[in-house]
Amino acid sequence: MSAETVSVTGWGRTAPSAARLVRPRSYAEARAAVRECGVRGAIPRGLGRAYGDAAQNAGGTVFDMTGLDRIRTIDADAGTVRCDAGVSLHRLMEVLLPLGWFVPVTPGTRQVTVGGAIGADIHGKNHHVSGSFSRHVTSLDLLTADGSVRTVTPGTPLFDATAGGMGLTGVILAATLRLLPVEASLMSVDTERAGDLDDLMARLTATDHRYRYSVAWIDLLARGAATGRAVLTRGDHAPLDALPARARRNPLTFRPSRLPAAPSLLPEGLLNRRTVGLFNEFWYRKAPRARAGELQTISAFFHPLDGVPHWNRIYGRGGFVQYQFAVRHGQEDALRRIVHRVSERRCPSFLAVLKRFGEADPGWLSFPLPGWTLALDIPAGLPGLGTFLDELDEEVAAADGRVYLAKDSRLRPDLLAAMYPRLADFRALRAELDPRGVFVSDLARRLNLQELS
Amino acid sequence: MKDAFGLPQSLLVLGGTSEIALATARRLIIRRTRTVWLAGRPSLALEQAAEGLRDLGADVHTVAFDALDPDSHEAVLGKVFAEGDIDMVLLAFGILGDQARDEREPLSAVRVAQTNYTGAVSAGLVSARALQTQGHGSLVVLSSVAGERARRSNFIYGSSKAGLDTFAQGLGDALYGTGVHVMVVRPGFVRTRMTSALPEAPLATTPEAVATAVELGLRRRSETVWVPGALRVVMTALRHVPRAVFRRLPI
Repeated sequence: MSAETVSVTGWGRTAPSAARLVRPRSYAEARAAVRECGVRGAIPRGLGRAYGDAAQNAGGTVFDMTGLDRIRTIDADAGTVRCDAGVSLHRLMEVLLPLGWFVPVTPGTRQVTVGGAIGADIHGKNHHVSGSFSRHVTSLDLLTADGSVRTVTPGTPLFDATAGGMGLTGVILAATLRLLPVEASLMSVDTERAGDLDDLMARLTATDHRYRYSVAWIDLLARGAATGRAVLTRGDHAPLDALPARARRNPLTFRPSRLPAAPSLLPEGLLNRRTVGLFNEFWYRKAPRARAGELQTISAFFHPLDGVPHWNRIYGRGGFVQYQFAVRHGQEDALRRIVHRVSERRCPSFLAVLKRFGEADPGWLSFPLPGWTLALDIPAGLPGLGTFLDELDEEVAAADGRVYLAKDSRLRPDLLAAMYPRLADFRALRAELDPRGVFVSDLARRLNLQELS
Repeated sequence: MKDAFGLPQSLLVLGGTSEIALATARRLIIRRTRTVWLAGRPSLALEQAAEGLRDLGADVHTVAFDALDPDSHEAVLGKVFAEGDIDMVLLAFGILGDQARDEREPLSAVRVAQTNYTGAVSAGLVSARALQTQGHGSLVVLSSVAGERARRSNFIYGSSKAGLDTFAQGLGDALYGTGVHVMVVRPGFVRTRMTSALPEAPLATTPEAVATAVELGLRRRSETVWVPGALRVVMTALRHVPRAVFRRLPI
């Protein structure tokens, strides 16, 4: 195994720290890497799509898990796959779609690993129907601090600590997933516009249950009567008979296209109120008022940003912060207040997404809770942003909500316990499982995730 | 750990009674900093400074540190780093000296040089190694515009700051890619106790303004910060003024 010291950041490209990068390619190498990781511990890292410092470990070791990349067995009748933790959802789609199966949950990018998907307990546009990613995991192999590999199954405390546990219970080496049967690789999509936030929430509440996938892009720069105007895109996998004759001959092809990567040196301030305002205006106007049954590719519907590799560079050297929070049903006023505050403040955010969550998931540090979630990207250099987000945190915590750890890079540590009531259980299990604190990350240090008090 | 905006949770101040350092600490405590170590010669002023920061809600410790005793730096600073990660080290100690007296008494001039330069070299290297081991952190070095070009009126102080400035720049390059960020701060005339006896220079500033500039520099991961920012332009021009003319300038 090679090891080199590199500077590591999350997808938001803020707060770099240096770590020894080790790329295990087998269970034996992973075990050796845990044994040899040194006093500042180790954290597994997948494709680095967590926005903040979740997969960084300053002065310690970071395991690049993409070396464990085998798909082991596919049960094409029952619809399960067993694969290494470093396999990406992109790879799974390439292999599984031709067989008529789809991943149970996909986030806004295919470039995440299975291990990362479990560690962050990611959700997708189907959360209101299908729950989070780890709900579809039937078993996983976990390499723990003592060097043993345990098979962990749902319903056990170790599973619930690991799902959403941000890699701090150990290294996920492999997992078995339940898949979703599909007839075609195209999506049937209904698009509609909502004129303001109340209209948007009413539409989502009234008709979300009719769709497997649902999400709304929201224009946070619109003000006044148009505050919270949005484009809803909802749909499902297209049935075979919805396809035109030509597509029906080869219904399960999956060939996502890619544009050239964003250049590595882009000036800061490219995304400002003016450019983002123009983009948002265009995006809103471009969307049809109402259109039903449009056929879209999987990448266009789920992963439009994957088309531009390294799109995070458009924020320039200063990087960006993604703020994602959730509040429960009944706390809609908090959501409204935050949307109004963000649009009053004119945060240049072009990637703002609102979604209704379904039932909460069993992971102790899993993010989703039954209610609403809003995610927005903001350039980190926006003056006063830190203080502003601290104020939003207060609103979220007061409304019994939480922020998403996989996106976080700046939360104040003292709010964490209020946001995650099972934090004490998590810390206790960790203290027992990993008394020397072998698994640690910058996120864990910053938020005191490992402390017992 | 520092957050996305470069704000530290723990801060070590070398020169714990420096007004600029304390203004910076106050600002950072209001934002994120929870643990502060004030290192300096034991004194009532140091304890009072600690008390002032405690009132803002931080957990503040004082530690006996003498810039003029480099032999002790390893042990003193080692103890601080052993207590937990330090996200930011603010190297703020320094003395102005008295130019006229220092010219007459070489030993007092040497004391300026030893405090501002060799003391900082030692403390800077010890801190840098500890930061490198933890793989993250910022080393913020208070230099001075006086180090940019020697002036008749304060070249002893100026030369010590010039040495410090060059040292810190080189250290920053040496640590590039190690997760450690070195930031050189070059304030102009700052209204403090240290400068109270001097006539105020143009573009004079305050400790609070320096603190604001440090916070901004942390967020941008700047390598050099001028306070006020206009000094960058002014000094770029002054750097190229011929010696014969510069000597006669009333600065």
